[in-house]
Amino acid sequence: MAGNVDALYIFLLIVSGLMTALIFVTIVYFAARYRYRKGVPAEQIEGSTPLELTWTFIPLGVFMVIFAWSAVVYFKSRTPPRDSTEVYVVAKQWMWKLEHAEGQREINELHVPVGRDVKLIMTSQDVIHSFFVPAFRMKQDVLPGRYTVAWFRATKPGTYHLFCTQYCGTQHSGMIGSVIVMEPAQYEAWMSGGTGGPLSVAGEKIFAELGCATCHRTDTQGRGPNLQGVFGKPVLLEDGRTVTADENYVRESILEPGAKVVNGFKPVMPTFQGLVSEEQLNALVAYVKSLSTSGQSGVTANPAAIVPSQAPANPPSKGNQVH
Amino acid sequence: MSDSQIAVSPASHGGAHNPALLHHFATEEQQRDASSLGMWIFLGTEVMFFGGLFCAYLIYRRWYFGDFAAASKSIDALLGGTNTAVLICSSLTVVLAIWAAQTSRRALLIAMLVLTMLFGATFLGIKGKEYKDKFDEHHVPGASFSFEHEPIPGHPDQYANPRHAEIFFALYFIMTGLHALHMIIGLGIFSWLLWAAWKGRFTPEYHTPLEIGGLYWHFVDIVWIYLFPLLYLIDRHP
Amino acid sequence: MATAMAQPVERENYLNKHYGVGSWLLTTDHKRIALLYLMSITFFFFIGGFFALLIRLELLTPTGDLVQADTYNKLFTMHGQVMVFFFLIPSIPAVLGNFLVPMMIGAKDLAFPRINLLSWYIYAIAGLLMLHCMITGGVDTGWTFYTPFSTAFSNTKVIEAGLAIFISGFSSILTGLNFIVTIHRMRAPGMTWSRLPLFIWAHYATSIIQILGTPVIAITLVLVVAERALHLGIFDPKLGGDPLLFQHLFWFYSHPAVYIMILPSMGVISEVISCFSRKRIFGYHFVALSSLAIAIFGFLVWAHHMFVAGISLYAALIFSILSYAVAVPSAVKVFNWTATLYKGSIHYDAPMLYAFGFLGLFTIGGLTGLFLAALGVDMHVHDTYFVIAHFHYIMVGGALMGYLGGMHFWWPKISGKLYPEGWARLAALIVFIGFNLTFFPQFILGYIGMPRRYYQYPPEFQVLNVLSTAGATVLGVGYLMPMIYFLWSMRYGKPAPDNPWNAAGLEWKTQSPPTTFNFEEEPVVTWEAYNYDEIDQAQKEVPQVVG
Repeated sequence: MAGNVDALYIFLLIVSGLMTALIFVTIVYFAARYRYRKGVPAEQIEGSTPLELTWTFIPLGVFMVIFAWSAVVYFKSRTPPRDSTEVYVVAKQWMWKLEHAEGQREINELHVPVGRDVKLIMTSQDVIHSFFVPAFRMKQDVLPGRYTVAWFRATKPGTYHLFCTQYCGTQHSGMIGSVIVMEPAQYEAWMSGGTGGPLSVAGEKIFAELGCATCHRTDTQGRGPNLQGVFGKPVLLEDGRTVTADENYVRESILEPGAKVVNGFKPVMPTFQGLVSEEQLNALVAYVKSLSTSGQSGVTANPAAIVPSQAPANPPSKGNQVH
Repeated sequence: MSDSQIAVSPASHGGAHNPALLHHFATEEQQRDASSLGMWIFLGTEVMFFGGLFCAYLIYRRWYFGDFAAASKSIDALLGGTNTAVLICSSLTVVLAIWAAQTSRRALLIAMLVLTMLFGATFLGIKGKEYKDKFDEHHVPGASFSFEHEPIPGHPDQYANPRHAEIFFALYFIMTGLHALHMIIGLGIFSWLLWAAWKGRFTPEYHTPLEIGGLYWHFVDIVWIYLFPLLYLIDRHP
Repeated sequence: MATAMAQPVERENYLNKHYGVGSWLLTTDHKRIALLYLMSITFFFFIGGFFALLIRLELLTPTGDLVQADTYNKLFTMHGQVMVFFFLIPSIPAVLGNFLVPMMIGAKDLAFPRINLLSWYIYAIAGLLMLHCMITGGVDTGWTFYTPFSTAFSNTKVIEAGLAIFISGFSSILTGLNFIVTIHRMRAPGMTWSRLPLFIWAHYATSIIQILGTPVIAITLVLVVAERALHLGIFDPKLGGDPLLFQHLFWFYSHPAVYIMILPSMGVISEVISCFSRKRIFGYHFVALSSLAIAIFGFLVWAHHMFVAGISLYAALIFSILSYAVAVPSAVKVFNWTATLYKGSIHYDAPMLYAFGFLGLFTIGGLTGLFLAALGVDMHVHDTYFVIAHFHYIMVGGALMGYLGGMHFWWPKISGKLYPEGWARLAALIVFIGFNLTFFPQFILGYIGMPRRYYQYPPEFQVLNVLSTAGATVLGVGYLMPMIYFLWSMRYGKPAPDNPWNAAGLEWKTQSPPTTFNFEEEPVVTWEAYNYDEIDQAQKEVPQVVG
C-alpha cells in the first residue's frame, strides 16, 4: 500500500519536474534571447485565445488524472479489509496506549506480524493527536469523543517510527514510538508472553459488572435490545432512521443512550459517561462485536461520524464495496 | 494639527457646493454612490460574520434537535415576538424618517428618528428582561448552569441532555448578544443622525447619512427576523 | 556624495508638505497611511523573523537543547501568527495597495480616507495587544488554534492572542471595503475596466476575499474565546461539541487567506514583468479573470486541510477535485507571464530579478500544491515538513518576493530617491539562493517523515535540518540588505526622476514623490494599459537607471 503512494508520488515528481524544467528553460531562454538591445523594440502581442485554452485544459486534464489515481489510492488506504486484526489505540498527552484484541497492552510500541492486515480503532482521551507511521505512508488524526480508523499491512520485518503528528501540547515531539513488525513465528512467541485474555473477554466482565445484562438480555424480554448478532447490521431507530451498528454507534449508545433509541424500546438506559474509561469502552465494544456471528466486520471504513451522536449517513458498507 | 491632507488646490475650488462634499470626490453623486456601495459591502461582511454563528447553530440544531427544542421552549416567545414587532415598527419609522428628509419635513424627520431610537431602546429593555429571566433560571452557560429533568417536546418520557441544552444557550446568548451589540451601535449612529437632523444638515438633495444609517438599521432588523423563529420557535405548537 | 548645498530645491510633495508627528498620526492621505503601515509591518516582520531564527537554531540539533519544549511551541505559534496576520495579510495591500490604487486609477485618494486611517489604528491596536501577549507569556496553540487544545488544555494566553487577531481582522476588512468602492466609483474618465492595470484587478479580487472571508475567522475566534472563558462546549466533545466544526470554520477563512497573501503579489509581478519587457502582458484579460477565478474558487476548497482529520471520504473527494480546479488559474498566470517575455526587450533591474525569482519559486510552490491536493499523497505528507516547505515557497518565495520587487519598483515614486541598483541585484540573488537552501530540503524532510512542530527529532533528520538552517542565515542577510539600503537611500540616494523606468501607468505621471493630491488635474485616459509601444516610440530609447 505504501508502494502505491510512492508510485503516485514519483508520477507527481516526474510531472512537476518536467513542468518546472519546461518553465525554467523557457524563462531563461527568453530572458537571454530577448534581452534589451538598442534599437530593437519589443513586439506587442495581445495574446492568443487558442493558446490560453490549450494551457488551461491540458493541465486540467493532467490534474484530473492525478486526482483520479490519488482517489483510488486514498479509498484503498481508508478501507480496512474484512477480517483485519484489530488493535485499539488510545492517545493521550503524551503517549500512545495500544490494546490488541487478544489482550496485550503496549505503550508507545505496536508489535504486529508481517503480512497481516491490521486495523486501528483509535480515540483520544484529551486533544486531537495523529497516528503517523511514515514507513507505511499512513496517517490518521485521532479525535476525542469518537473513533477514527486506519489500517495497514506491513510487508517487511523491522522497526519503524511512530510519530504523533497533530500538535498536542508540550511534549508533542516526544509522543513517539515504534511499530515493530515481526515474522509470524516470532510474533506468536511474543503474544503468548502477554498477560490478560482477549479484549472481548475483559469486555464481557465489564458488561456483567456494570449490570448491562439486566436489560440487554439474550431473550426478547429485556428492557434493552438483544445484542446478539447486532454488530455490523443496520438498526431501525425509533424516529424512523436506520443506522449501522458500528464502533461509534456502540460507543455512543453507552455514553449517550438517548441519542439513538432503537425502535420499539423506551429511552430508559442510563448514561455511563464518566463511569467508564476509554480502555473499558474499547473492551465493551470488542465484546459486543464478539456477539455478532460474523465476528469482526470492519465496517467503519468511513469515519464519517462528525460527533458521537451522528452515525454515518451512508452505511459504510458502500465503502467496503470499493475494490 | 493637520487638516484634510487632500485639500484641493484653491484654483479648482470653483463653484459653490454642499459643504458635506468631501474634496477627494469629484461630484456629490459620486460621493453618494460611494457611501452607499460602502455600506452595502459592509453589510455583506456582517452577513458573513453572523453567518458563521448561524452555521454552527444549524449544525447543532440538526444533531440535537430534541434537546434544542426543549431549551427553546424555555425562552419566552411572547417577549421575543413582541421584540420582533418592535423592530419591524422601528424599520418603518426609519423609512418614514428618510421620506421626511426627502420632502423637507424637519419636524417629522426628528420625530421619526426619536421614535426609532425609542423602539430600539424598548427592544434592548425587553432583551434585558429575557436575559435576567435566564439568569434566574440558571440557564446561563457556565458554572451555575442547570437544565435537569426538562422533557423533550413530543417525547414526554425523555429528558433533554443538559450538555446539549447548554450548547443551545451558549449560541442563544452569543447570537442575541452580538445582535444586541449591533443594536447599541445602531442607537449610537442614530443619536448622531438625530443631532445632525436637529442641526438641519439634511436636505432633499443631501441625506446620505440617513440612507446608509437606515440600511444598517434594516440589516440589524433582518438578522433578528431570522434569529427569532430559529431560536424561539423550535417545534412549538399552539 | 550629495551635500545639502548641491541639492536642488525640493518640490513640495506629500512628504514635506506638513511636518510633525501629528501630521502623520492624523493624516488622511493614502500615501502617508501606506508609510505608517510600512513601518508597522516591517517591525512585525522582524519579530516574526526573529522567532524563525530561534526555531531554525533549535532545529540544528536533534535534541531540544536551545529552548524548552513549551518555549519552542510558543515560538512556532507566534512566528505563524505574526507573519500571517501582522505581516503578510496587510503587506502588499496596505503598503503598495494603499499607496498606488488611487494613483493608478487617477483618483485623489481612496473612497474613504478616514476609514483608511482607522484601519491603520485598528491594526496598530491589534499589534500592541499581540505584542503584549507575546511579552507576557505568549501562546502555544499553533497559529491554527485547533480545539480542544486551544479551548480547554493550553495554559497560555489564548484569549489575548485570539482577541488581537480578531481586532486585526477588522483592519483587513476595512482595507478591502475601501479598495472595492474606490475601484468601482473613483476611476478617472476613460479608465475602463479593460484599461485597469492588473495590479488593480489583483487587489480587487483580494478585497473580495478580505470582505467575505475575514468575518468568518472573526466569529470563529469569538467562539473560541467565549468557550475558553466560559467553559462552553461548542468545540469540546466532552461537553457535546465538535472539534471538527472549529476546523471547518477556521479553514473557511484561512484558506482564502492564503489567496489574500498571494494575489496582490501576482499583481505586482504583472506590473514589473510588463515594464521590464517593454510590452503588454500576454493575455491581459485571462490574467485579470484568473484573479477573480482564484478568489471565487478559493472559497470552495477549505477542507483540503482536513483530509485526514476525520471527514468523510466523499467530502474529501469533492474538496480534492475543487483544489485542482483552483490550481488552474494560477498555472495560467505563470504561462502568461512567461509568454510576455517572448519577443520582449528585457532589462535585468532589481525588480525584474525579483520577478524572475517569483516565477521560479511560485512555480515550484504551486506544483507542490498538486501533491497536497492528491488525496493519496496528502495522507502521507500532511502535517509534515512537506507542507511547511510548500507554503513557504508560496508565501515567502511568492508573496514576499513580489512585495520586495514591488518595493524596489515603486521606491523612486514613494521616496523620491533611487536605491543602489548594484546592491539591490545582489540582495535579490542572495534571497533566491538562501531561500532555496532553506526550504528545498524541507520537502525531502517531509516525505521521509519529519512531522511539523517538532523541536526534537530522530537523528537521521539532522543533515537536512542543518542545510535548512544554513540557508536561513543566508536568507536573513538577503532580507537585511534592502532594509539597510532603502534607509540609506532616503538620505544619500540620488533624487529620482518622475518616471525612472519609463513605465506605463498613471502613477508614473505624477512627480516623484507625488504631491498630496496626486494629480494637478483629473487625468482623462485615452490609451490602453501597458502601452509600451507608444511609450518607447516616444522615447526612441529607454534610459537605463543606474543606481
